[in-house]
Amino acid sequence: MNTPLSSLTTATSIAQAVRSGDVCAADVVDRYLAQIVIRESDVHAFNLVLTEEARQTAAAIDAEVAAGRDVGPLAGVPIALKDNMCTRGIPTTCSSKILNNWKPPYDATVVDRLSAAGAILIGKTNLDEFAMGSSTENSAFGVTHNPHALDRVAGGSSGGSAAAVAAGFAPIALGSDTGGSIRQPAALCGVVGVKPTYGYVSRYGLIAFASSLDQIGPFATTIEDAALVLDVIGGHDPQDSTSIPQAHPSLRQVLRTQDVTGMRVGRITDLPEGADPDVTERLEVAFDTLRAAGAVLVDVQVPAFAYALTAYYLIAPAEASSNLARFDGVRYGLRVPAADTNAMYSATRAAGFGPEVKRRIMLGTYALSAGYYDAYYGRALKVRRLIADDFDRAYRDADVLLTPTSPTVAFPIGSKGDNPLAMYLCDLYTIPTNLAGHPGMSVPFGTGADGLPVGVQVLAGTLGEAAMFRAAAALERSMQ
Amino acid sequence: MKVAKLARLDLDPDEIDRTTSQLAGMLEHFADMDALDLTDVVPMTQPYPLRNVFREDVVVEGLLRDEVLAEAPAAEDHRFRVPPILGLDL
Repeated sequence: MNTPLSSLTTATSIAQAVRSGDVCAADVVDRYLAQIVIRESDVHAFNLVLTEEARQTAAAIDAEVAAGRDVGPLAGVPIALKDNMCTRGIPTTCSSKILNNWKPPYDATVVDRLSAAGAILIGKTNLDEFAMGSSTENSAFGVTHNPHALDRVAGGSSGGSAAAVAAGFAPIALGSDTGGSIRQPAALCGVVGVKPTYGYVSRYGLIAFASSLDQIGPFATTIEDAALVLDVIGGHDPQDSTSIPQAHPSLRQVLRTQDVTGMRVGRITDLPEGADPDVTERLEVAFDTLRAAGAVLVDVQVPAFAYALTAYYLIAPAEASSNLARFDGVRYGLRVPAADTNAMYSATRAAGFGPEVKRRIMLGTYALSAGYYDAYYGRALKVRRLIADDFDRAYRDADVLLTPTSPTVAFPIGSKGDNPLAMYLCDLYTIPTNLAGHPGMSVPFGTGADGLPVGVQVLAGTLGEAAMFRAAAALERSMQ
Repeated sequence: MKVAKLARLDLDPDEIDRTTSQLAGMLEHFADMDALDLTDVVPMTQPYPLRNVFREDVVVEGLLRDEVLAEAPAAEDHRFRVPPILGLDL
């Protein structure tokens, strides 16, 4: 054993050390489990910690290494998985009473790929119920606390995954991002969070919220680790007909070229206002940093940006109202007995769904109902086109765009009260990317008010991950 | 009330009142898009221009019946069991 275990804090370094036999996967897992024992009762990142399963997987990996076999690029790396991704025989709840203790009969594609790469599933993380929220306060199983300040939210909806990485419960985690649910909690928890291009990662086994917007992506402490995870989970999957039918270039290879000289970095001059001064101050530093590294700053306009919130909060609930129709008490999860099927459906859904999920189902049902379809859902789809077209025009002049990830640093738990619109505004800067299907990532970039983390968002056009990762890496380097 | 029925949600009167007023607030906000001229804009239903995705017509292993039914709220004779669906005055 040449490498002290405590020096291995990234997935990249752990995998390398485990593959070379320098450290045991069992010791790696035990170290992370020990951290969970110390802080999880304060943070509540997990719905389920898989202590014994993780130890067994680690022992199996160590046996493979001892036998001289290749154990994969994530050998011995603990990973936390958002609890809306299916794990065969392991409860998958979406933080909803309607799926309490449901054990899926199959694994999500990302779970298969992580397992084949030697990763070790250490737990299922908390989320806003069915990924609907921006604070992980809408969970049926309790609130996740921000590891940087326990009275603050971790963001959402993938708050548990972001908090798990920030608290040192796992070096990497997966989340899902429908309107900002990876990037916003990453910003609030001070970690890296990536939403790839729509179709980059298979959604097979991700419990659907809004199918035309959902995308899986990683949380990590470094840009390189995020690239490593995406190289493992990305790529075409015949089980997801919306996955892009082509191979993606390795993002780890992309990062070997660190030069951003001549890269065109765009500032959106008509970006909607609403970010706090401490956040915009960090954004300005980010622009200066990239310019100093050789990038060229350009001004672009995305006029339809301002209408993204409206389009999103009609389209996403419309899709959700349809997707969540499957939770009817027939095939899985909760059932409230009643005399006939219709009464059983309505009683089951009323008892199983929480207030935010009900609100969005109602909103979506309304937007799709006869007489209102054209005025709401139909018009929202047209606004979506305008947003995508505006971005495409902007990306003729710019390789990447920078914006704030979240308008504010982590806010106090309970502070948004019962005002859904105030909560929805948290995703002001992240939502347009999902509507366009583009990639976006949040890079931790210093601190703002009360010493809390601030994230800068790097955006790119369809399959523009390479430029996005290079720009993000330049920001990361400047912080070291 | 009508929307709750369409959505198969058995909401109590308090929930209906609260949701109605919250939805009204949101719809008011959403009126911002009335400012846009959308006459000739083609609706965008999904981001990636894929169509007619086919696969080879070959038999593949499906989910295991017993594993699936073990998670059902009620099952009988290898099938999902539900309350009566016929002969009811709905």
